[in-house]
Amino acid sequence: MFPFSVLVGKAVRRISRLRGGGSALPGLVVEKIDPGFMGRALTGLPHGVVVISGTNGKTTTTKMVVELLQGQGLTVFTNRTGSNFTRGVAAALLGEVNWRGRLKADIAVLELDEAHAVHFVKLVPPTHCLLLNVLRDQLDRFGEIDQTTRLLEQIAAKTTGTVVLNREDPRVAGIASTVHDAEITYFGLDASLRSTFPNDDELRGDIGVAPPSSLPADVILEHVDGNTAMFLTDGESTSVDLRLRGVYNIFNAAAALAMARTVLGGAINRAALFASLATVEPAFGRGESLVVDGKPLELVLVKNPSGFRLGLKSFDAAGYATMIAINDNYADGRDMSWLWDVDFDSLGLAGVDMVSGVRAYDMALRLKYDDVDVRAVEPDTTAALKAFISATHDQPKRIFCTYTAMLAVRRDLSKITTVEVVS
Amino acid sequence: MSKGTLNILQLYPREMNIYGDWGNVLVLKQRLAWHGYTANILEHSAGDTFPEDIDLIIGGGGQDSGQLVIQQDLQAIAPKLRELAEDGLPMLVICGLYQLFGNFFKTHDGTVIPGIGILDLETHGTNERLIGNVVADSEEFGEIHGYENHSGQTRLGPGVRPLGTVTKGAGNNSQDGHEGARHLNVVASYLHGSLLPKNPAIADFLLRKAAERKFGAFEPADLDDSLADLARRHAGARPR
Ligand SMILES: [Zn+2]
Repeated sequence: MFPFSVLVGKAVRRISRLRGGGSALPGLVVEKIDPGFMGRALTGLPHGVVVISGTNGKTTTTKMVVELLQGQGLTVFTNRTGSNFTRGVAAALLGEVNWRGRLKADIAVLELDEAHAVHFVKLVPPTHCLLLNVLRDQLDRFGEIDQTTRLLEQIAAKTTGTVVLNREDPRVAGIASTVHDAEITYFGLDASLRSTFPNDDELRGDIGVAPPSSLPADVILEHVDGNTAMFLTDGESTSVDLRLRGVYNIFNAAAALAMARTVLGGAINRAALFASLATVEPAFGRGESLVVDGKPLELVLVKNPSGFRLGLKSFDAAGYATMIAINDNYADGRDMSWLWDVDFDSLGLAGVDMVSGVRAYDMALRLKYDDVDVRAVEPDTTAALKAFISATHDQPKRIFCTYTAMLAVRRDLSKITTVEVVS
Repeated sequence: MSKGTLNILQLYPREMNIYGDWGNVLVLKQRLAWHGYTANILEHSAGDTFPEDIDLIIGGGGQDSGQLVIQQDLQAIAPKLRELAEDGLPMLVICGLYQLFGNFFKTHDGTVIPGIGILDLETHGTNERLIGNVVADSEEFGEIHGYENHSGQTRLGPGVRPLGTVTKGAGNNSQDGHEGARHLNVVASYLHGSLLPKNPAIADFLLRKAAERKFGAFEPADLDDSLADLARRHAGARPR
């Protein structure tokens, strides 16, 4: 035990907070002076360490798993949105450990980006991992999606207890054959919902969808009607009214249920589990609803073709004014090719009121080729948001944006309405 | 009243469609309609009978695994593709199929994957990935804008000329400044983004060659490409 590093880390954390700095610096400091800090703090938790990774839905799924386990009476340590890398976990830990570096929690549930998760599991082998999907996202960073699958395999290989897999994603389901020591559990979809969730090979509109998987699943999403979802567990169907919006968030709920059931096994309280699920609010930018001029304004984060497609599918354009903001900063991915893998036909009837972001003209050009009417283009997000709100003040609004465009839009919105600040 | 129908064939839409290759097909289809013609989009997948009566061929890039799946089929249809290329049929091949239209692809571990030799060029796998925005100058098409992401490095033989010379980015390889290849009416490039939306001159070249080959003439409409111009200007100002 070397409490000195914890004290230093905590001090750096306090100072960087006072200066309004980012959350990563204290994590960096403690990693440098005490590389074993994270492993010591996280090993020996009574219910272990859960790692959640995959391309889409990590944040929402992690939030759900945390709240489901809290609903079962567990004290849960988690990393906050936007810090899904190892250093972010170390920084978050510094805020929670006592001066001896001990964490007072029953379990840690951590969202980790694929590449950072591989680094993390080498330091701290997880007891459980939940692997959601492998989709085209930031190929300029990871190269190819087959490469991303290799990263997830490494996470599964280090897992000591149970690996929870999406049986509907052939790349993720295939990871099972590479796992030797851990148990495997699946979550999945009823055959009737299969076509709603195209995997990466099925992004092209005209191509058919593969037959449903026949692997046994612990939790199956059976039916979705608006915000009401039906889950099949232990041969029993349960209907839940959710606050989460968007059909892809609801599939993530099946993933979260499977993870919670895996962690607690027979000790789980079924009624409490579904009651907790019903109260989960959407995470940052995953269909959050704000109020502007007395009308709802929804923010939908889009960062890859499948996410954008599902976003368009989940949120009906009818009656809404629409803005789209596309940036190509490092965190968004610089390659614009992905916009051409999304069909925008669903926006054709109502058109798009404003297109913004660094790559506003790439987006406007994309919409032109789908015959979608664009009423205004303004690359500057501040000017665009202002114009969008004043032009559509009497309508409900929806803004689809990439990650850094979302941060910019939220910053501007926080000046006129209540927005949860995420640092 | 349509000025005529062109049959556009997309090669291996399932395996070779990474990085928005569908965007190129969509642009050809839409521009053809805006020019007053009708587009009929056809697909060829591994194992299919190669269709007759094709006017334009387009193919994209894929994962390494996708390239293995199509390998045998591509060799089977190669004589037909060569004959059509020699006959002046316009073709656009991007990234993975660009490489396989060449003489061979030698992977990083020394395995030689034979190409179909329509283009006199060879590609060598490396452990360096060339990624980022690209701007290239082309005598034929002006400034070309796109995005590259490949670890195979391509060298042109004497039988082809480069599509352009890079002013930003790498292009075919990290040494000679060449991007893409041109031969007959075949256009080959590493660039996606997708390529055709921001480079309508290339799209209209392919459509012109297809229409001329089929109808003896191309009668284009005057299209408004101001959005593409703005997209090009903004893309050109972005970092590598
Ligand atoms: Zn490529």
